[in-house]
Amino acid sequence: MPSARKRAWAGFVLLAVGLAVLPFLVDFGLGRTWVRLVDFALLYVMLALGLNIVVGYAGLLDLGYVAFYALGAYVYAWLASPHFGVHLPFWAILPLGALLAAAFGVLLGAPTLRLRGDYLAIVTLGFGEIIRIFMNNLNAPLNITNGPQGINLIDPLRLGDVSLAQSHVLGGITLSAPHQYYYVFLILTLGVVFVSMRLEDSRVGRAWVAIREDEIAAAAMGIDTRNFKLLAFAMGATFGGLAGGLFASFQGFISPESFNLMESIMILCMIVLGGMGHIPGVIFGAVVLTLLPEALRYTGDAQRALLGRIVVDPADLRMLLFGVALVAVMLYRPAGLIPSARRRRELAAKGDVLEQEQASLADTAR
Amino acid sequence: MTVLLDVRHVAKAFGGIKALSDVSFQVQAGEIFGLIGPNGAGKTTLFNALTGLYPVDAGEMRLDGARLDGAKPHQVLRLGLARTFQNIRLFAHMTALENVMVGRHARTRAGVLGALLRGAATRAEEAETRARARALLARVGIERHAARLALHLSYGDQRRLEIARALASEPKLLALDEPAAGMNLAERVALRELLLQLRADGLTLLFIEHDVKLVMDLCDRLAVLDYGVKIAEGTPDAVSRDPRVIAAYLGGDAA
Repeated sequence: MPSARKRAWAGFVLLAVGLAVLPFLVDFGLGRTWVRLVDFALLYVMLALGLNIVVGYAGLLDLGYVAFYALGAYVYAWLASPHFGVHLPFWAILPLGALLAAAFGVLLGAPTLRLRGDYLAIVTLGFGEIIRIFMNNLNAPLNITNGPQGINLIDPLRLGDVSLAQSHVLGGITLSAPHQYYYVFLILTLGVVFVSMRLEDSRVGRAWVAIREDEIAAAAMGIDTRNFKLLAFAMGATFGGLAGGLFASFQGFISPESFNLMESIMILCMIVLGGMGHIPGVIFGAVVLTLLPEALRYTGDAQRALLGRIVVDPADLRMLLFGVALVAVMLYRPAGLIPSARRRRELAAKGDVLEQEQASLADTAR
Repeated sequence: MTVLLDVRHVAKAFGGIKALSDVSFQVQAGEIFGLIGPNGAGKTTLFNALTGLYPVDAGEMRLDGARLDGAKPHQVLRLGLARTFQNIRLFAHMTALENVMVGRHARTRAGVLGALLRGAATRAEEAETRARARALLARVGIERHAARLALHLSYGDQRRLEIARALASEPKLLALDEPAAGMNLAERVALRELLLQLRADGLTLLFIEHDVKLVMDLCDRLAVLDYGVKIAEGTPDAVSRDPRVIAAYLGGDAA
């Protein structure tokens, strides 16, 4: 027992050190661009964990999740850019964006309570598009969103007088902007992971899973299915709104183009690929699906080296390989790359069932 | 004897089909009350109406004085009426223990904040939920399957798990929709023992059953439905001699 505890601590320390030095390793090995991509991976981990509450736990297929991401981003842009001339600090805006996203989560949830599966997916897909199209067109008569041009010059995160957009030298180590954002995103991502873990193993989490498994039985067991579905939408949207605000500050520029249907589907893919309803799986899925498409960009160089010229445009090939990878996962690992213990047991249960069948046969023979 | 469940003049139609017409009966506290009738007699419809799944067209239903008609399913459970389903409805991908823990939902309070902070009160509540769920699994005799997924349990054990889950809500009245359906002889005997024990502990039971032998053996009183109408009520002995009941089951004139 004590050795198991020691090992757990050792693992924890190793993980902490690994996460702390990760941006430097990446910077050294792959370059500054990849540090930025790691930052994006963290944003997508937050988004995927948020959608995982709605889809993975409560079983509500939401294809418009990116709308909450957009809301969080626009709230940040409105309150911290020259667009309206307002410059509030991030600690005031991020909670506000998350809260507004949660309110919209409830707003979307309320009319869809009776819908499930495909029908819910269609309505939420519509909701996602409505938000995007609103953002695209709300530049007249009153210029709220600046339309397709988007909002520029958004304030970076600022801790006191320290702007995270500039490099700083700390004890002889130079921290570039992506490095600094990495640590902020990491802390918030760990917060989101913590919230997800706590919710999963609680009365609330059990109620969500019960609704996913059988809504009628859940209601018959005293669960107010309406309230708990709305709660799932609101919690998921909160994470989306938070990630949106961080995205706006990190990027410095947002436009409706960043929040299209493809994004929603990508986030959903992260969950499905990694292992629905299982936190480590979802994190893994988000990291892989953010970094893999970028890595596949290098297929152009490989083609030139091997064939002397570019036969297939890397952008096309990238999506092709990506699609093949997804199909392969669905075929060979239907429960995801890192499925939950539950799902694994379910898939490995063949022996179990056989044993039971034989037992019941023995019963009848008697 | 006090009346626990009071059903008066309940009617329910689906389109032109009268599934229930003017059904009235009372269940006394502490008894086992059976509801029988041929297929399509309206037994399950009555159960669904009682537990808030369908609204009734007319009539009144009270549990210990509180109105059941118009209440939503989760409110019915809070009032003290828990049920099982004819076609088992467990949370298939949750473990047996988790299924029973969900049954404690209405009697526990922790919300999002409690889950996040996990203070002393929430931890105590979780520990109690877990302990009670384990005790209930032991009570119905499937504690060795606590960590298995509900879908991997045998048919008889699934039925027991449904009963444990319903009991977790501390009901005043437990409504069982064909609890013995599909059970083998040994399982039936064990079920009978369990139901008798539950009554001995002061629980009131309402149940639908096709196995006439089990009903006659177990029920204190029973009501017979046929085509949505109550045709008889009384002790098993009296009901089994009622010519209308014999006619309903065997066919022929009810003269």
